[in-house]
Amino acid sequence: MKAAIKTITGNVIPMPLNDIDTDIIIPAQHLTQTSRAGYGQHAFARLKKADPEFVLNQPRFASATILVTGDNFGCGSSREHAVWAIQELGIQAVVAPSFADIFSNNAQKNHLPLITVDQSVCAQMVALAHKDNHPVTIDLLTTTLCAGGQQHPFTINPFFQHVLTAGLDELDYLMNHLAAIKRHHQNADQRQCFLQLAGALS
Amino acid sequence: MALNIVEKIWQQHVVNQQEGFPDVLAIDFALLHEVTSAQAFQMLGDRGLGVHDPRRFLATIDHSIPTRSDRQRITDPQARAQIAALRENCQRQQITLCEPDSGGQGIVHVIGPELGITQPGMTLVCGDSHTATHGAFGALAFGIGTSTLAHVMATGALLMNRPGIMQVAFHGELPQGVYAKDMILRLIADIGIDGATGHVIEYTGQAVRDLSMEQRMTLCNMSIECGAVAGLVAPDETTFRYLKGRPYAPPDAQWQQAVEHWQSRASDPGCGYDKTVTVDIRQLTPMISWGTNPEQSIAIDQRIPNGPGSDQAALNYVGLKEAQSLTGVPVDWAFVGSCTNGRIEDLRVVASILNQKTIAPHVTMYVVPGSEAVRQQAIEEGLDQIITRAGADFRMPGCSMCLGMNDDQVPAGARCISTTNRNFIGRQGTGSITHLASPATVAMSAVAGHITTQLTTMNQQEAS
Ligand code: SF4
Repeated sequence: MKAAIKTITGNVIPMPLNDIDTDIIIPAQHLTQTSRAGYGQHAFARLKKADPEFVLNQPRFASATILVTGDNFGCGSSREHAVWAIQELGIQAVVAPSFADIFSNNAQKNHLPLITVDQSVCAQMVALAHKDNHPVTIDLLTTTLCAGGQQHPFTINPFFQHVLTAGLDELDYLMNHLAAIKRHHQNADQRQCFLQLAGALS
Repeated sequence: MALNIVEKIWQQHVVNQQEGFPDVLAIDFALLHEVTSAQAFQMLGDRGLGVHDPRRFLATIDHSIPTRSDRQRITDPQARAQIAALRENCQRQQITLCEPDSGGQGIVHVIGPELGITQPGMTLVCGDSHTATHGAFGALAFGIGTSTLAHVMATGALLMNRPGIMQVAFHGELPQGVYAKDMILRLIADIGIDGATGHVIEYTGQAVRDLSMEQRMTLCNMSIECGAVAGLVAPDETTFRYLKGRPYAPPDAQWQQAVEHWQSRASDPGCGYDKTVTVDIRQLTPMISWGTNPEQSIAIDQRIPNGPGSDQAALNYVGLKEAQSLTGVPVDWAFVGSCTNGRIEDLRVVASILNQKTIAPHVTMYVVPGSEAVRQQAIEEGLDQIITRAGADFRMPGCSMCLGMNDDQVPAGARCISTTNRNFIGRQGTGSITHLASPATVAMSAVAGHITTQLTTMNQQEAS
């Protein structure tokens, strides 16, 4: 069991760029660790370096916890380091019009909520954040997001929602099916799987 | 009921279905490499769990290993620690590791098929987004993150909702001098980098049937670049011929039974798809990327888009202009390799172009075989000689310049024409500029010193 997450409140980090890929989130040069920690300091390193005005360089957003970004966030590689890096920055949820598949799976495993809203809602949140960064509240039970006094419905995969709000650990769930999985492999080996597993390389 | 290949594989691997939960999907095999596995072993360790069946795993060292001849000397202490961790974990869990110089080391997506591990109808995963490469064999193969890898290690299964299934039908015959790499770049340019999100692609059409296994692997490899979960090609005689006699492939006594099973995996006539896209390749010419994602690709004889489809930020980064032609743009580096185009056929094409030629003096060219087996084969065929004589560097196998996490990096500001799969900002090294193309285009451009699809008959060098 992990801690259940039902609501999140925090200020917005406005990063309205489309197609932020995992190489931007955490460049490959920093993937040489063997632990899950130590990636936050390198998160978005190239954007930070290239532009002194980049949102993560601005002290006024330093304590904000809700990343609002563009379409297709997290495309590219399968590196879960991207999720670890984002979490290490203190980000508690990512809001975007769409997310890439593997990134989404990885976020789910790490209980990082991904909130899908319309482009227009993202634009509104970005504008508000620049003007006057008031806290935003994400309610995972009712799937509504409250920003600038307005309520917006959002979408999230129902299972992802369940994982977050119940604090479900997927590995625990899978472990409950261990006997059935074993049986499946044994049966399949005889009928449908033709891998020479024993001693193929010896 | 008529089923497509993905539905068949899914049906056969579902262990449990429960309302409101994703399916429990059995995984036949998982491939490991040094970058994404250490934390998965750690997760098992934290819970006191072991690997459910070590025979269903195989590990290699590819991403961070240097490709110079003394590659066992790894100077980066973190990369060294990562490799040491993989060794130790494999030993403790009794997983076979393809060590450098064992004859079996190579890029994870090159060695799986070489060993005959990748077989039709199976489910296969790896902590790497280009796992779709294995779909060339009619396997359902996809990239997973580290936590999911830990799930597979502990249980032999993972949790997943059945993805949508998209047919990509290539219409017409592939013209001479045009390759699978051009087909897939065309598709990505057409449907966009998120055009297949949430879907598994089945590639169909006579042009796909006509491709060799190597070319099919190139095609499937880049499925992720249009957002697909996986991409696959139904198995046929070409597939079976490739598999026969490989170490993990079924022995003679079982062969007929296996082939019958594999044949039964192909999509039934009249099966349905959630989506179908048709790509007409009758007029296809070599493709190249101009921007900072693979969707930003054009036929080399076209111009960079002007107005819609253009991207000023990308153009600033790559130092090009709207409506500019790429032909004639000077290149500093040329790279042949990676799990997209680092197989023996790719090296043969490159050698045939470099034969009796030298690359332009200002170009640095790396040719990096995808595996030790590919390298050995290239040497036996004398390709290494041709490549070296042309002035290119024929190196040791690994991911090399595909992602800048080993010694092989394109310097900042330098322009590289590359057979890899991603032209993201900084992918080949901080500040590097990447143009994705087929091995033929890369080799011809290296000789000319600029982007071209013409084989210059004589070098400037020879002329002067
Ligand atoms: S060659 Fe490139 S894409 Fe392929 S596995 Fe290595 S790093 Fe990944």
